[in-house]
Amino acid sequence: MIALDDVTIAYGTGPRAVVAVRNLSLAVPEGEAVGLVGESGSGKSTVLRAIAGLIPHAAGEITLAGRRVDRRRTTAERKTTQMVFQDPYGSLHPNQTVDQILALPVAIHRLDRGEARIVQALAEVGLGREHRYRYPHQLSGGQRQRVAIARALILEPRILLLDEPTSALDVSVQAEILNLLARLRRDHGLTLLMVSHDLAVIAHLCERIGVMSNGLLVEITTATAMASNAVTHDYTRELLRSNAGFDRSSAMG
Amino acid sequence: MSETLLAVRNLRVTYPGDDGEVRAVRNVSFTLGRERLGIVGESGSGKSTTGRAIMGLVGRPGRIEADELRLGDTDLRGLSERGFRKLRGRRIAMVLQDPKYSLDPVMSVGQQIAETHRSHLRSTQRDARRAALEMLQAVHIRDPERVYTMYPHQISGGMGQRVMIAMMLIAGPDILIADEPTSALDVTVQTQVLAILDELVRRRGMGLILISHNLHLVSAFCDRVLVMYGGQVLETCAAGKLAEARHPYTRGLLAALPRLGHRRAELPQLQRDPAWMADTA
Repeated sequence: MIALDDVTIAYGTGPRAVVAVRNLSLAVPEGEAVGLVGESGSGKSTVLRAIAGLIPHAAGEITLAGRRVDRRRTTAERKTTQMVFQDPYGSLHPNQTVDQILALPVAIHRLDRGEARIVQALAEVGLGREHRYRYPHQLSGGQRQRVAIARALILEPRILLLDEPTSALDVSVQAEILNLLARLRRDHGLTLLMVSHDLAVIAHLCERIGVMSNGLLVEITTATAMASNAVTHDYTRELLRSNAGFDRSSAMG
Repeated sequence: MSETLLAVRNLRVTYPGDDGEVRAVRNVSFTLGRERLGIVGESGSGKSTTGRAIMGLVGRPGRIEADELRLGDTDLRGLSERGFRKLRGRRIAMVLQDPKYSLDPVMSVGQQIAETHRSHLRSTQRDARRAALEMLQAVHIRDPERVYTMYPHQISGGMGQRVMIAMMLIAGPDILIADEPTSALDVTVQTQVLAILDELVRRRGMGLILISHNLHLVSAFCDRVLVMYGGQVLETCAAGKLAEARHPYTRGLLAALPRLGHRRAELPQLQRDPAWMADTA
């Protein structure tokens, strides 16, 4: 469903170009959930942005749902791939109601049954009629993230890209959103590519996990292997160690 | 139990609202010795407001009241802004979440650290500079001379937070309040910053209040943990024994955390009981 072949992504051109992702190859079959972990600046969000067509890639091939894509996408290609961003406070238009936010993609893609789609999308993410005419500032963080997910789902995408979808949320709300994503994936047969710095969150939702460091995909492993510490790359080990939390004995050494 | 550095009894912070007063913090009591105390809770639980109340940083129209609020032998109730300014930095200091917003963007980091030293200890420029360089070394910054002259936008988040810690500790306070000190940092850097904090607080025999939403972090780092909800302390646990927490809220939060190697089809969602909002005292 998602195939990246030797993809290199750079910001800027010429001698001042910064190569953010180098020679990355990754395949995600239909219906699978794959996670990308790594620290800030490792290039994991850049990969998502290139797949979503928000930034161009400098070299290599990106194939989505069997079609080789470029930065310039047809409307149909854009409909296939939708993205949910980290910060639900920043990704919703502050002056538009939930209804307007959800109506926009329907209008852009000239879809029929707009009314029915909005009602259904809200119901699917667990929001009621009372939320439909509210502005983002009248919603909690978790509710806003639900709106962002509804906005992505309303186009019936086959691929959902998730960029740290729960890291701005409280633990109890994070659990609700993770459960929602798992259910939506099951119900719609979605293919997920998710980025997070939290290994436990990634391992909860994804079968396979790619580890990125300095723009390189250093290792592809599984949630099970991570849990049993059966990883090969040094960087992955370090990540696992930090993820285990603060440990006085190791911190002192 | 060591001497009491800070005593808080029945702390209340209220804000006037449209429908009567909003009680952001209520019935909060604890004492702090030379130890690490953690305060955990979700957004809006009152954990940060508690920290700010101790620092005298609750602005109007918010109101701080307490039956007892004592720092050593100083009564903090009704202390003037002038009085607080003498205490802040010198006897009690605070590290905030994001160094990007808490450092002065137009002053080199070294000067900022030295300024604290000069204003509290009335030291000469040269002494303050030397102390600032030593402090940068103490927070494990490799090339203090070079970093001294750098501006906040030129340093990374982890380095920024170490600079913050250096600035907060330079005047030798007895108590450090760290409000989400590592939440804006990468996981790999978080551990380093915590280790530095731990080392300095131990070596100087300070009292530390660590405020965080991260249960695991707090339980690994602190000696004692207060769990806050709706402005109140619901439960106090010995940190290593968080797994044995009794309150349904604490247990619910722990259960809702995804864990590596314990994959569940569905995470148990927290069911909030209205009874948790009832006054505990």
